[in-house]
This record gives sequence, structure tokens and C-alpha cells, in this order.
Amino acid sequence: MGKTLLQKVWDLHTVRRLPTGQTQLFIGLHLIHEVTTPQAFDMLRARGFTVAFPDRTFATTDHIVPTLDQARPFQDPLAEAMLSALERNCAEFGIPLWNLDSDRQGIVHVIGPELGLTQPGMTIACGDSHTSTHGALGAVAIGIGTSQVRDVLASQCLPIDPLKVRRIAVNGALAAGVFAKDVVLEIIHRLGVQGGVGHAYEYGGSAVDRMSIDERLTICNMSIEGGARVGYVNPDQTTFDYLRGRPFAPADDAFDRAVLWWRSIASDGDANYDDVVEFDAAAIEPRVTWGINPGQSVGVSERIPSAGDAGSSSMSTGAVAEALEFMGFTGGAPIKGTKIDVAFVGSCTNSRVSDLREAARIAKGQRVAPHVKALVVPGSQAVRAVAEREGLDQVFRDAGFEWRGAGCSMCLAMNPDRLEGREVCASSSNRNFKGRQGSPTGRTLLMSPAMVAAAAIAGEVIDVREVIATAEAL
Amino acid sequence: MPSREIDRIEGTGIPVRGDNIDTDRIIPARFLKAITFDGLGDHLFEDERAATAEHPFSNPAYQGAHVLLVNENFGSGSSREHAPQALKHWGIEACVGESFSEIFSGNSLAIGLACVTVTHAEVDRLMAVVERAPSTRLVLSLRDRTLEAAGRQVPVGIEGSVRDALLTGTWDASGMLLDDFDVVRGVASRIPYIRGF
Repeated sequence: MGKTLLQKVWDLHTVRRLPTGQTQLFIGLHLIHEVTTPQAFDMLRARGFTVAFPDRTFATTDHIVPTLDQARPFQDPLAEAMLSALERNCAEFGIPLWNLDSDRQGIVHVIGPELGLTQPGMTIACGDSHTSTHGALGAVAIGIGTSQVRDVLASQCLPIDPLKVRRIAVNGALAAGVFAKDVVLEIIHRLGVQGGVGHAYEYGGSAVDRMSIDERLTICNMSIEGGARVGYVNPDQTTFDYLRGRPFAPADDAFDRAVLWWRSIASDGDANYDDVVEFDAAAIEPRVTWGINPGQSVGVSERIPSAGDAGSSSMSTGAVAEALEFMGFTGGAPIKGTKIDVAFVGSCTNSRVSDLREAARIAKGQRVAPHVKALVVPGSQAVRAVAEREGLDQVFRDAGFEWRGAGCSMCLAMNPDRLEGREVCASSSNRNFKGRQGSPTGRTLLMSPAMVAAAAIAGEVIDVREVIATAEAL
Repeated sequence: MPSREIDRIEGTGIPVRGDNIDTDRIIPARFLKAITFDGLGDHLFEDERAATAEHPFSNPAYQGAHVLLVNENFGSGSSREHAPQALKHWGIEACVGESFSEIFSGNSLAIGLACVTVTHAEVDRLMAVVERAPSTRLVLSLRDRTLEAAGRQVPVGIEGSVRDALLTGTWDASGMLLDDFDVVRGVASRIPYIRGF
């Protein structure tokens, strides 16, 4: 019986079995940012520890970064204190920091792959739940909290219980206007927001095999929204082609030797899975969330559920009623035609160049509806630079979108970008939780970047497939 | 550096009903803009409490509670340790629910906050008991894997490794991970991408 990638990576990185029964797992790459680390460094100092592997630790700033005025000190003294703490801590312990003045700064889950830091077969930890993103390159990437950040700093290890592996096979071809975001929203809808607890999700099947790394990053990113702390795609030629020539990827002959090893750590053909679930790519349509967790989505042609429609826990009568009340929506109404106030293209889910290209394709030559505030926040300074070289910034500006600096921005609104009052936001981010985008009563509709752009222009939720069909008919 | 051994947790309860209560609801992101965990307990469920006058954390009857009663998938979403930290700073020492998100339970263990599971029917009954009589004392024994309240004892679920870490005071893992660090270096030196291709 063969092994899964998870088992192979787990075995390779196992230091020992702890007295508690947990595994002491070596972490090959530790990514840190300003929000979940200040207390970790304080605890480290208080205990007289140092950073065990500063050369396996990399820092950037993303969560609190203002996307308009980045002059220091920041206008928000709390944000300033957080970035200053990161600067001091990185300087003290010899950790490289890509700060706002670096062309490598950006959302931690965008820059890791982009710089070639993220590689197949690695164990990766970061104090952020969307660390699962890095699995798109065949890494086992684990989101952790601040005390665990302290432990990884001190020992480069984590105490962790083994995970089961569920293979999610998405077979067939996606229709035009249907994207990786729609696939992952469909997966979470069907398997539930806690369906993945205790599991790593291995994504495969012909649709995933054909996907670019950017698309796989989007899918792995939202594994955690389905309860799975880890999500990954087996490394293949697409992975190797993506990594070749990136700053931290092996170069020359070492790259070829790396490819041999990377191939060997992919799941074996006869690997034993704890569970296998299949999806038909052709049956997936653009999806939109209507509720307060990422499992609460419908196809854009469908109606918002009514309390009492049967389903998983995110669809229980109480959950549907609570979501409808918060959202101010009526069960049974079509999701299409829902008025929006704000459109946000960005976040570690969908802020890469390919995402911006898809949004720009819809925005080109159009105008954002007069009542809509629309912003595009590239995931990294490198993404921003490429997009500007391609003229995407001008397409967005001409259409009435604001073009901003790189950061997490309105995904979680720890910077000045946030919803006001009861605003409804069409968002390419990952969470539609109550209050997530900065207003306690603000409402989020998750969708693909192309769907966000289409909604920005129409001023309401529309089916991007119709926009594409109309454009092609002209 | 061994941490405190945790076995019995005793005190009154506080019920927070609902599935999938995410960490943004437990502690909104704006309160993460701080370089310490101090004062987080004051902002626990802040937006939820503002939205509904009857939130349990606003109810004087539940002040001083040590046992939080919840439903399914509590603590889903963000990896912010600030969520269990806020609960702990408020005074919660154990969470009893139908299920917990994985990162939340991991973060809770790392700070010595016990998360144990009971069935839907049992948590529903416990919530009803506490709502009727907030002064009801709950006694959680990790050694016996039981929760006792109002004269009734129910079994609780807890991962063996988690129970062991709490009972033996090794939930703060730093020291343990640094034991025999040569082994860690040895493992690192065998990993192809660390050794060099």
C-alpha cells in the first residue's frame, strides 16, 4: 500500500513521539507577520529563549498595512506599534523582514509562493489560518496561534496530532466564467464548514490537474473554511514550471535534483485515503454566499434558502434563520439582483495577477455603478508591479475602481479599509462572518474576482457568464 | 519548565448557544491591534453583546463562570489565539461543547484552556440547567473524563494527547520541544531542502 504526500512529509519531519502521544513535527519554513507575533517574541524573551532557526524564518507586514497613505508613523498608533514591534523583533533575532519599502512585501500567503519560499514537501507554519494556501505547491502548511508561534520560534517544531487525509477529486472541465473560487465554495457548501476537522484535504482530479498554481492557491486557501487545517495538491509539472527561476527556488542542477525529490513525495497511485469525495466540475456554476459562514452559498442562478431547508449544520433551521436575519435577506428570493454597496477584489484568496486579469477583463471599458465604492488591492508589491506593467491598473481606474497598495485590507479590516454600517460588499475574500469586514453589521457576499467586478459594474449581483456571453457576441 | 497540572475544573457555567460561532465573533479583529493580550477579556463578544441585550456575557447572573457551554464547531475561522486568550482572561477555564475547530482547540491547549466534547442532547440539557439556575456548580474531571452537574454525571470526549498534556502539565510545550535539541538538528540535517539539493 502506497503513502499519501501527507504521510511522507509527516514521516520525514517527525522528530519524535512526545510523552503526550502527539508528534513533535519539524517545521521547515516559518512565516511571520505583525499581528500574531508581538506576544510570541515577548514570551520568548521572558523565558530566555532565542530563535532556533532564524534562517528558516521570514517576515513581512500585511494585516494592518494602510493601502493609501503608508507614510510612517501610521495615522493609527496601534498599527504603528504593531509594525514597530515586528521591526524590533526581527532586528533583534536576525530575521529577514520584507517591509513596506521592499518590493517583496505583500500578503504572507501571496509572497511565499511568489518568492519560491514555498516548495513541495515542506512543512510550513504561520500564525494565520490561511496558511493552508501554501499546500497548492505540495507543502503541508499549518495555521497556528501565538503561543505556537513562540514554540516554532524557539524550537522550529510543533506538537501536533496526526491528520487523516480526504481526497477531493474534481473531475471534468469548468465552464467559462466558473473559477477555482467557485469550486472551493461548492466543496465547502457540500462538505460543510466543519467537514474537514481532523483532516488534510488532498485536491486532485482532472480539473485540479489542469489548474494553474494561482487557481490551486485559491482552493487550498479556503481549506480552513471547510474545517480542514491543511489542504494540498500533489506537485506536478505545473508546480515545477511555476517554481523554476523564483528567487528562493533551487537553481541550475540543484533544481533538477529538487524536481526528482519533489516528484517522489507526491501521493503514490495506490495511496490509502481515509475518505474520497468526487465533484463534477461541469456541474459547478458561479457561487455567491448569502449567509454568515462560507458554507452558506448558492449558485448564482439559485434562490436563497429558507429556514427549514434541510442540510448540514451550516444549513440547520436555526443557522439559516440567524443568517437571513443578519443579512436582511428573504428566504426563497433569488441571489441575483442583490444590491451591493462595496466591491472588493483582494485578499490571500484572490489577489494574484491572474485574479486581477479576470476582474479587469470584466471591468474593461465599463463603469462602476454610481452607488458602488470599488477597490482593487493587489496581494503583493510584485503583483502590483506586474499588473501595472500590463496596464491593469489603468483598466480599473478608467472603470472607476480604486487601485491600492498591497495588503490584507478589507478582508478583515485591520487597516482603514472597512465597511460602514449595513453596507453589502461583493468580495473576493474568504470569510463572510458577521462583522468580518470592519462594521459589526456589515454584510459580505463571497464570490470570484470576475463576479465581484461584474457586480461592481451592475451595482448588484449578476451572473458573470452572461457578461462574458454578451461580450463575445459583440 | 513544566506548566500547571490541570485536572478538576469547578465552577458555574455560561451558555452561548449556536453552531459555528467564529473567532471574529468571539473577539473582533480590531481588538487584535495590540502587542499584548491584556484587557482582551473586556472585549469578549463585544459586537454580539452590542447587537443583543440578552447576550450571556452581558448577563450579571453568569459573571464569574468558569465553564463555557457551546454547540457545534465553536471557534471556527481565524487562527487568532486572542479568542481563547479573551475567554481565559474573562475567567473561563474549560469549554464544553459538541465540537470545536481544530486551530481553536490547539490554541486553547497551548494556554491551558480545556476543551471537551459532549453530545448535542447533553449540552442542550446542561445549557437549560444553567439557564434555569445560573448558580449550578459544574465539576469537570479530566482524569475521570466526566462532567457533573445538578446530580447527573456525563462522559466527556477529549483527545488522549490533549488530556495527557493537561493532566501532566505539559500543555505549555516550549520546554518539551527543546529537550534533546540535537535530535531536532539531526532531523533537520536529513531533510533534502534544508540540507540542500
